[in-house]
Amino acid sequence: MVRLITHNLLSCHVKGCTRNNFPLRFQDVKVELREAEFNAEFLRNFVPRIEWKALVDAGKELGDTSLPEELPEMLGDEFLKKLHHVLLEIHVEEGAMVCPNCGHVYKIMSGIPNMLLTESEI
Amino acid sequence: MLSLPTPDLSHLTHEDYERVYEPAANKEDTFILLDALEADVEELLEAKPRICLEIGSGSGCVSTFAAKILGPSECLYLCTDINKHAARCTHLTGRQNNVTLDPVLSSLSDAFNQRFRKCGGVDLLIFNPPYVPTADEEALNAQGDADIAGAWAGGKLGMEITNQVLNNDILSHSGRFYLVAVKQNDVPSIQERMNIEQGMPPLRHHYSDRIFLDSLPLRIRPHAADEVLDVLHLSQPFDKHLTA
Repeated sequence: MVRLITHNLLSCHVKGCTRNNFPLRFQDVKVELREAEFNAEFLRNFVPRIEWKALVDAGKELGDTSLPEELPEMLGDEFLKKLHHVLLEIHVEEGAMVCPNCGHVYKIMSGIPNMLLTESEI
Repeated sequence: MLSLPTPDLSHLTHEDYERVYEPAANKEDTFILLDALEADVEELLEAKPRICLEIGSGSGCVSTFAAKILGPSECLYLCTDINKHAARCTHLTGRQNNVTLDPVLSSLSDAFNQRFRKCGGVDLLIFNPPYVPTADEEALNAQGDADIAGAWAGGKLGMEITNQVLNNDILSHSGRFYLVAVKQNDVPSIQERMNIEQGMPPLRHHYSDRIFLDSLPLRIRPHAADEVLDVLHLSQPFDKHLTA
């Protein structure tokens, strides 16, 4: 499955596509929600590695508007629980991710994103 | 011997193993990785890796084991493979063992490289590369065909694919890299490259039996008569910038 924690780390890597190639936009998605174990320390440690705006926007694309536009200074439990849900419990099972720059379509099938390129695209 | 349970792979079928490299007692490379991870379990727990990446995850056995020993909610377990059957097996093996793995169909870490360089990179990198020396053409064809030969055809000195991973420089400052190698891979040159080309401080070399060496490889356990396996544990114990 593509969770938003993974989506936040993926960019378009078509040859020559190096600007405005992140975040990939979701298209025609089928989403499932699955509970995951809450781990506040993991989340606090992971926050510095997140591109915040990309995460907030991706959440909205999948219909979740619970995250604030700006990352709060204090990472309290209430905030972390929202973050936990958006980052780890929303699973994109089918659909695609599209590069905002070159338009390349990366399909998601049975929960697995296909980021492979053909030889001419590398 | 492992004291922690080996992941349950009973859900994988004969058909799966025709398409995906099978961890088996007579193919020791998977298990030597499990041994190396288990030997380091205390250090790993203390290091608290938050991003783990296994390149070429195959059956998903090694990442599942990592998630079991580190804790399923303690880390993100990314798994790449170029073989769609492998990505599916990885997903299923995680589920069978109650851990969440995030499989991605990708060559090496290609789809992640740009973000890894910005977000600090991978804390725990695991790679059991195609290390059997073959003609370069065969190695490239095997990767292009994305079939089971991609799991062993390694090119000149068995290092073509490993070199690509080393060149990507995706390890975090405190990152650890567990790499399976054979004698023919010319382990000294791997170490030299990590030191010189990437400006890393001297690396600690760690073999699966927890012998620490300043010089080179010893070790190891008999695999086939002409194949000797190592798990190289490359870590960066100091901040690059402090020692540069």
